Order: sequence, then structure tokens, then C-alpha cells
Amino acid sequence: MSEAQTLEVEVTAIEQVTPLIKHFKLRPVSGDAMPAFSGGSHIVVVMRTPTRVYRNPYSLLSPPHRLDSYEIGVRRMEESRGGSHFMHDRVGVGTRLEIAHPVNLFALDKIARKHVLIAGGIGITPFMAHLEDLHEGRVPYELHYSVRGREHAAFLPRILERTGERVRMYYDSEGQSIDFDGLLSNQPLGTHVYVCGPAGMIDKVAATAREWGWPDSHIHWEQFSAPPVGDAFDVFLARSKVTVHVPPDQSLLESIEAQGVEVPYLCRGGVCGFCQTRVLELDGELIHNDHFLSDAEKAKRNTIMPCVSRARCKSLVLDL
Amino acid sequence: MSAVFKPDETFRNDFTFRNSPEAIRRFPLPFVEDQYMYSVNIEPHMPGAKGSVVEFAFDVDEHYVAECRERAMVLDAEPLRYQALPHMMSAQWDCLELIMESLARDYPAHFSLAKRANRWHWINKPLGIDQEFTFGDPSTLPREPLDFITRQAQGDFVVMDQRDGDLWAEAGMVTTPADWSLDFDIGMTFKEWHGPVPLAHEIGVFDRALKYLLNLRLGQPVRRLNWTMTVNPRLDTSPENYPKWGPDRATVTRQNAGDLVHLRVELQGLWRLPRSNAVLFGIRCYLISVRELSTIPKWARRVHRALKGLHPALVDYKGLTRYRDTVVEWLAPFDDGSPTTPGAGPD
Repeated sequence: MSEAQTLEVEVTAIEQVTPLIKHFKLRPVSGDAMPAFSGGSHIVVVMRTPTRVYRNPYSLLSPPHRLDSYEIGVRRMEESRGGSHFMHDRVGVGTRLEIAHPVNLFALDKIARKHVLIAGGIGITPFMAHLEDLHEGRVPYELHYSVRGREHAAFLPRILERTGERVRMYYDSEGQSIDFDGLLSNQPLGTHVYVCGPAGMIDKVAATAREWGWPDSHIHWEQFSAPPVGDAFDVFLARSKVTVHVPPDQSLLESIEAQGVEVPYLCRGGVCGFCQTRVLELDGELIHNDHFLSDAEKAKRNTIMPCVSRARCKSLVLDL
Repeated sequence: MSAVFKPDETFRNDFTFRNSPEAIRRFPLPFVEDQYMYSVNIEPHMPGAKGSVVEFAFDVDEHYVAECRERAMVLDAEPLRYQALPHMMSAQWDCLELIMESLARDYPAHFSLAKRANRWHWINKPLGIDQEFTFGDPSTLPREPLDFITRQAQGDFVVMDQRDGDLWAEAGMVTTPADWSLDFDIGMTFKEWHGPVPLAHEIGVFDRALKYLLNLRLGQPVRRLNWTMTVNPRLDTSPENYPKWGPDRATVTRQNAGDLVHLRVELQGLWRLPRSNAVLFGIRCYLISVRELSTIPKWARRVHRALKGLHPALVDYKGLTRYRDTVVEWLAPFDDGSPTTPGAGPD
């Protein structure tokens, strides 16, 4: 599959909802309704600047039944390569952006008997859309939402209004933290757990659930890694016969795209595996930053996710 | 194609189904070469050539009214040809929306859809249906949404839920199957459902197809062709009714093969559904008699060669064992050995 179809949208409202998170409303320039979507979907926002193009994934947090606009929440990343800074500093009401059609890599399991949702910080966004679906259904659920402090609890008023009695808040600043053992050791059979938040939280939830005997099919997580910065390196694309320079603050995928070579992608966050690319030659080390490849696959040094992973190498040849 | 419907033709008993010359020329021949073997032959389901079967998302042709009546007869006798598991309701509405919007957009002379918020008004002129309903409220339709709309569409439909890295066949309308049963397969995973297919598993076709479909995108449907053969233009070759059609295979002779034996081609379309994140699998069945095929000289040569060289495991799987050789003999006089032009289209 090639480049996703994109829609032109206009920013119609921006709200600073926490010291770090801005809430954007996007409406189609055409005036048509937005494509319908399912809770847990993300869009890729294309940001074109004079010097480069950013394509960042953001979860849709608006109610799936409201299609006059889409809503996303963007956290300003401290070590941003520029995408989140662009959204925070350069995008205003009236700015036009391109977005790709929604893709869902974090859907609720439709035959689950119960859903346990665990959010950390900006990880609340996919659950905002899920809550709309869950609210209308008959399946029991609970939401555990952990943030640094009260001023960081993005979207809490809306959550309380939608699902007040089923949310439990945890504030780091007040010494509160989620008791994963307590939570995961005592759930009815058929419960599914979903976690979205920092890598440490995802690892902890997955490890705890496995310890208590949860099947992998009942453990769901999503974390879009922002492509980490790193040392510059060069890569040769064997089929296209071009050498691409990857600067410190640009991802391998972005650098390849900037040379006009198309790489199929879906999530751009190391989750889906769609951009997996064969490594033909390597003199150095791959720096895998994705959540898709197993440790065994990473150890083979013959495949890479160019959306988030890099290399520290003298030479690297990819099958592109 | 702006079809003139043939409402009285039949797919059972007296088998009055025939293709017009126009229908023959637009037949989707699956043989792009003189030899046939499986491949993951998936391509984007984008609008194709004007008048072709892929001009629109859902093809409505001259057999539309007759096929819908045949479907209704099958369902009267065997209601379990339509089934949907309870968690598939949002996918049902997705399917209804996709099919209604497509038909109304592509065939405005026959279908119309008006929306005022959630109040929808659907008119199907060829079948004489005029229905107002509330989108999302099943109690406002005479049947479940998927049942309602697929009774008004040609071809079979299966809706697959996506979870746990797999696709599960959990709703469908299947009245024109090539010897498979929704009642048997419902609830199965993608590979369980395709378990009986020979050779393809070994060469990794289903691994690749599943991986591809799990990443199917909204707004970017895909399609492929599949085929088998059927004796008589019978749409309902189901395992449930095997005693009715199985014996037909013993009736093929050198004399009647051209009229009795039909190539049966499935135009399979796959759509990501927006609200449910499920995948709709459409299996649109086209029938053409070997005699009708032979009116296109290139096709007579092409089909003769493809059948003659078919892998024995595929001959058995497709149920052609008893009569494949007879059809090859019937077609032989049409094949002078001259080359065929590239591609599947008629010269």
C-alpha cells in the first residue's frame, strides 16, 4: 500500500488543557463530514514546513459518533525533533493541515466480558473515544488514569461527565500510584486490559498481567514512540540506488521520504510493523526503538523499522 | 452498466439464466495467462473502466432482480444462510451504509438515499422498496441491517471482526457459495475458514493475505478474482444442498458440455469498515457458460489451455474431477494453437 490518502483540514479551535498538552479541533476544508472511525483510531498529521515534512500520529479523542470535526491532544515533547513543537508553536486557529484517514491499532475487543483501561498522561487520548462507545454498551469497564499532578489531568472534566463513577485518578505529586498487582490479580475471567502511557507503565502492566496468568490476547497496549534523536548516519538504498543522509533530528523514514523514495507506513510510531525493511548489509549497530520486533528478531540484525529506529554505523544498506 | 433487468430468469429447475452479448464481453475472466496458479492477486478496488464489472464498488448488472429473488427463495427455505453474532451490530450498520451510499451514488436511476441526521430514506426502485429508518436503531428496519441490505445486493457477504491479530468470520449472507457454508464456518479465524484450500497454505498465501488484510485501510478497498466451475447456472451450490447439485456433475457429456458447464468467477472485494474496524468481504459471483465463453475466440483458447494445464490438486479441490477433461475436449476445436494477447480482456 502506498501513501495514505490525505484530507485537508483546518484548525478550528485550540485549547491549552494542561501545562504541556494542547487540544486541537480539526474540520475538513471541503465542508463534508469526516470519515467515520472506531474508538482507539489514530490519524497521521502531515506538517509541511519550508525545510521539512513531519508526519506524526495522534489518537482521535473525539466521540466516534461526532463527525463534524476530529479532536486530538498533543503533548509538547521535551526532546522533540520538532513535530510537537510545530503543533504547539506554529499552528493556530485557521491553520490548514493534511491528515491521513484513521487507522485503528488499539481497538477494544468486542467479545471481552470486562475492560480495564489504564492511562498515563497523554495516553488518555485513545481512551477518550473508547469511553464514548463503552458508555453506550453493556460491558463493565473501569478507567485508571495516572498523571503527575492535578494540573496535568487533561480532559478530566469531560471524563467525569461521561463516566464519573468508573474513573479512578492517581496523582504522582500526592504519592498515589496504581497498584498493578492488586488491579490485575483479581479480575473476572474474560477481562481485557488496555494500557497507553509511558514505556515503563506499559512494560509494568504487561509483565504484571503475564505474572498473574493473563493470556497475551487479553493484554493490549499502544504507545507511539516519537522517533528518538541520535547521531547522524548514512544509508544506501539498494533498489533505488541512492545514498541518504540521516541527520540527528530526523528519522530514517523521514530522511528516506525526503529523497523521494516511498516507504509503506501506517503508524509511524514503531507499533504496527508495516514499514519493516530488510537490512542487506551492516557495519555497525542498529538502534531498535520499535515495539514490534521481538528481542530475537532484533538480535538477528537483518530487519529494521525505519519510522523510529536508527543506526550507529559505518555503512548500512537497506532493501528499498 | 445501465442494465436492462431480466427479472424472470432462473438459477434452478429450468435454468433460464443467460448472458447478453454485452454481459459476455464484460465478464471478468480470471485467467491473465494461459496457465493458472494461485497468487496473492490483490489489487486496489478503485473504479475501473466504464462498463466493466469494476466500474463501481458494487456491480449491479442485468441479473440483479433475478438474483435477489433467488436469494429470497434460499432464505425462505434455509434462514441460517444469514447469521450475525451479537457483537457485530456496529459492523452491520457499517455495511448497510457502505452499500446504500455506493448504490445510490453509482446507480442514481435505480437507488436513492436521503439523510436528515440519523433519519434515512432508502429507495430501491428495481425491487420496489421504500424504507425510512433511523440509522443505528435496528428496531426501525424490518430485518437486521446486514440482512436488510444484502437481500438487495448481488453476491455473498461475510463480515470479519478483527481482534487478537486475526480476522474472525462472524456475520454474513451466503446464498451463492461455491460449496462452503456460513453456518459451518461462522466464528472461525481466517486460516481455519480457508483450511480446506490445497497448496495455498504451503506457499504462504494465507500468511501474507492475512497480514495484508489486518492492515487494510479505510477508504482503500482491495479486490481479487477467484474461480471454479459449476454445472448448470446454479448460484446456490452449498454443502447444505449438495444432494440437489452434486449429481449434476455426472450429467456432462461431449455434446452438452458447452451449455451445461459454467465458469464461475468470484469478484472478491474487501473493505475496512469505519465504526466497527471490521472487514467486509464481498464475494460477487459471475456465471458464464462455456459456449458463451467460446464466442470470444481469445477466451476459448485461453480457457482451453488453463483448464488443460490445471494442477491436479486444484482440479479436485474445485470439484472438476468428473468433467474437466470433457470440457477441455469440447473447447479443443476452438484452439488453433495461435498465441493469446496479454491480459484477460477480450480482443
